Amino acid sequence: MTIEVASVAVSQPSRLWLVFSRNPLFWLGALLLAIIIMVSVLAPLIAPHDPLEQNIVARLEPPSAEFLFGTDNYGRDVLSRLIYGARISLMVGFVAILIAMTIGCTIGIVAGYIGGALDQLVMGVLDVMLSFPALLLGLMIAAMLGASLQNLIIAIAITEIAPFARVARAPTIALKQQDFVMAGRALGFGPVRIMGVHILPNLISDVVVMSSLWMASAIRTEASLSFIGLGVPPPTPTWGSMIREGFDNILDAWWLAVFPSLAILLTVLALNLLGDALRDAIDPKLRGE
Amino acid sequence: MISFACKRLLLAIPTLFVMLTAIFVLVRLVPGDAASVILGDQATEASLRAMRARLGLDQPIQVQYLHFLRDVLTGNLGRSLSSGRTVVQEVLLVLPSTIQLTLAAITIGIVLGLPLGILAALGRNSWIDYVSRLVSLVGLSFPAFVSGILLLIIFAIHLGWFPVLTSDSTDPLERLRSLALPALNLGLILMAYVVRVTRSSMLGVLGEDYIRTARAKGVTPMRLVMRHALRNGLIPVVTVVGLYFGTLIGNSVLTEIIFNRPGLGKLIFGALNSRDYTLLEGLMIIFAICVIVVNTLTDITYGLIDPRVKYK
Amino acid sequence: MTSFPRPALDLRNLRTEFRIGGRWYPAVRNVSVSLMPNETLAVVGESGSGKSVTALSILRLLPHAGARIQGGEVLFEGQDLVTLSERDMSTIRGNSIAMIFQEPMTSLNPTMTVGDQIAEAILIHRGGSRMEAKAKALRLLDEVKIPSPKSRLDEYPHQFSGGMRQRVMIAMALACHPRVLLADEPTTALDVTIQAQVLSQLEELKQAYGMSMLFITHNLGVVAQIADRVAVMYAGEIVELATVDALFAKPMHPYTAALLRAMPRADRANESLEPIPGSVPALSAVPTGCAYAPRCPFKDRSCTELHPELVSSGDPGHLVRCPVRPVGGVH
Repeated sequence: MTIEVASVAVSQPSRLWLVFSRNPLFWLGALLLAIIIMVSVLAPLIAPHDPLEQNIVARLEPPSAEFLFGTDNYGRDVLSRLIYGARISLMVGFVAILIAMTIGCTIGIVAGYIGGALDQLVMGVLDVMLSFPALLLGLMIAAMLGASLQNLIIAIAITEIAPFARVARAPTIALKQQDFVMAGRALGFGPVRIMGVHILPNLISDVVVMSSLWMASAIRTEASLSFIGLGVPPPTPTWGSMIREGFDNILDAWWLAVFPSLAILLTVLALNLLGDALRDAIDPKLRGE
Repeated sequence: MISFACKRLLLAIPTLFVMLTAIFVLVRLVPGDAASVILGDQATEASLRAMRARLGLDQPIQVQYLHFLRDVLTGNLGRSLSSGRTVVQEVLLVLPSTIQLTLAAITIGIVLGLPLGILAALGRNSWIDYVSRLVSLVGLSFPAFVSGILLLIIFAIHLGWFPVLTSDSTDPLERLRSLALPALNLGLILMAYVVRVTRSSMLGVLGEDYIRTARAKGVTPMRLVMRHALRNGLIPVVTVVGLYFGTLIGNSVLTEIIFNRPGLGKLIFGALNSRDYTLLEGLMIIFAICVIVVNTLTDITYGLIDPRVKYK
Repeated sequence: MTSFPRPALDLRNLRTEFRIGGRWYPAVRNVSVSLMPNETLAVVGESGSGKSVTALSILRLLPHAGARIQGGEVLFEGQDLVTLSERDMSTIRGNSIAMIFQEPMTSLNPTMTVGDQIAEAILIHRGGSRMEAKAKALRLLDEVKIPSPKSRLDEYPHQFSGGMRQRVMIAMALACHPRVLLADEPTTALDVTIQAQVLSQLEELKQAYGMSMLFITHNLGVVAQIADRVAVMYAGEIVELATVDALFAKPMHPYTAALLRAMPRADRANESLEPIPGSVPALSAVPTGCAYAPRCPFKDRSCTELHPELVSSGDPGHLVRCPVRPVGGVH
């Protein structure tokens, strides 16, 4: 609407802050994520038991004062395994997204900057990647490469490249026609310098906001692949593989599947809440009075 | 309209080739080679050679590629290594069950998601908006196997309302009962997507100038939403449901495993566990074709809703 | 003028506020003005002066969240539109009061045919069959001079040019023979040649339909062409109200004079154009005294302290909100 409230004297950062501080969902996400990160960092200090220690006498114990979340088929403490499992999930999600971001942004910026046939080709391939289910792509890659931490990260990173490239490409095309980029070219700056110094900083905030949403999806894919049996091999505790073990005992030991399920849910939810609030805040279409 | 549909179909052909090529390359990327993966570490050199010859891996790569394309285009996707049936036979066997599940899930997702998304947009920043945003974010955060397990524990094991395992009974009521939880599992996740997209799309549309024009004409609130906002707001929703099809297939793999329900997903899981790489490759090709077909149909639907598309 | 006919539309102390950062600020401050039958009243001012908000307030088309009518009355045919229920209000919108907007490119629904959009107003307010409404729509398209209206009736807005879309908007507004037409910068987004055509067409149709028109613009050239009287708005207030001739011949308010000096005219060399220094104050930072004082070359100490009233300038029907203006106008 063309209502003239344009000249409102509220500066940009404080405006963003207003949007955040009034969004209760943002605070919920931030709090949850802070707790999960603390738990994974402090794992050795707060885990009540050794996550790998087997205890044949205490197999499949229901939750109790000694084992808050019960024990698994080998008598291992579920709570301790859950706490250590947070490290794998966060690490895999973070590293995979970092790799995907680096490769995806490079592809997106170069394709957008050079344009023409290269751009068409690259975007065509990326559209195909985007429309192929991430889980199946990850499953295929992980199945072909074999189950290991490294291959898991590679498989997940590949599934998340296409969205980053898309997000980096669109603003690159808009930016390359702007005066300051034109001026840089007139001054004889090379394309690498222009892309790195003039274009990248202008789109990095969009990319970072989206990366929190996509890290949520990376963690989801990691858990799903681990559940299918394509994740980090045992005995390393991961949430997905814990749920798989719990699923095998689902009729008589509900706690094995339920607690890791809630852990995954809360982690992914925290990232989604944060990413959502951030995106709302920078998206001018959804912002406003 | 027809020419638009034809043009869109033609566009799908290069996409199909890119996808097929990607699958071909991916399968050949396997460290070692497919023969040793299939036969395991203990295979003799002779049996490896025989397996390579059987898979055509002893040929030069470009010949392999041409054979691969020829086979795919003639509908010959090879035979399952474990069952001996052709991949196409295997798929046709379980396809009805997957289609049932998918259609039920899409129905649930749209019937619940669309109204909730519209309500959230109309009552922006009201309690219903926050509740529906939270519900949809929770839905988006569930890996399909996590929500499946929770549904299974609560409604099948604890409350006993639904069977724990999918029954193969022919009684339609019994079949419906065993379809309910898997369909709900997939449908609720789809609902989360639909709520989100509907909300933001309707918010965008409700702020448009032509909505104000309609109000200035004296259009009542109900008609404003149904006649003016919804059709415009639906355009991105169609895209999302179409794009979600890929995720739906991925989630159906997990759902079918959890509810032990026959279907394409269960087939993949079996192929993975028995290292049936021919079946796996064949399934990927079929999924790729499905995804492309659905994307194309989505674009054509888009053209039906938005008059501007046809003339571009 | 011997008898005083009842105004077609009468604004009394209309006050509209916006919420910014949790606080309410007035965008329209106690505006009182009447629109007489068959009269064209132009409302002029820079962007942010509150003229569009005034028009939107009359039909209560402001967004539900973040805007409110805080006080005053909008009298139309004996009822106060401010206090009407939303349902009663929608029987007035598009029926006895219609509005056309600035952006013809975005103001039409892209997924409805032009014919359906015109027919919709008729169906809502007059009832009848779809066929009759479409036939009426066809006549309206012809009336606003859209070439080959029969074939264009079933086309979509994206198939029309900007000028043609604005004609469609006008046809839509006229569909139910409104008593009052609110035109919010209807020609601003159009090419100059098209502007002139649309303006003269509006003028003709106003005569033919016997409407009153509230015409919002920032272009004084347009005012001279179309208006009977002019209200000059600044920071949400009317600062001067006069007939077109009086306003152009003898502007009383320093702001009006500045606007006139900033306007390109055929009888003056372009070098003498003077832009107005400074800008309209933000809604949240309107000065307590005279809102125009910070930009005014004539201001004295009282201007920043006392808020001036809109009073008679001495000439009949000529009101001005400035106590220190030089006698005899501020040329």
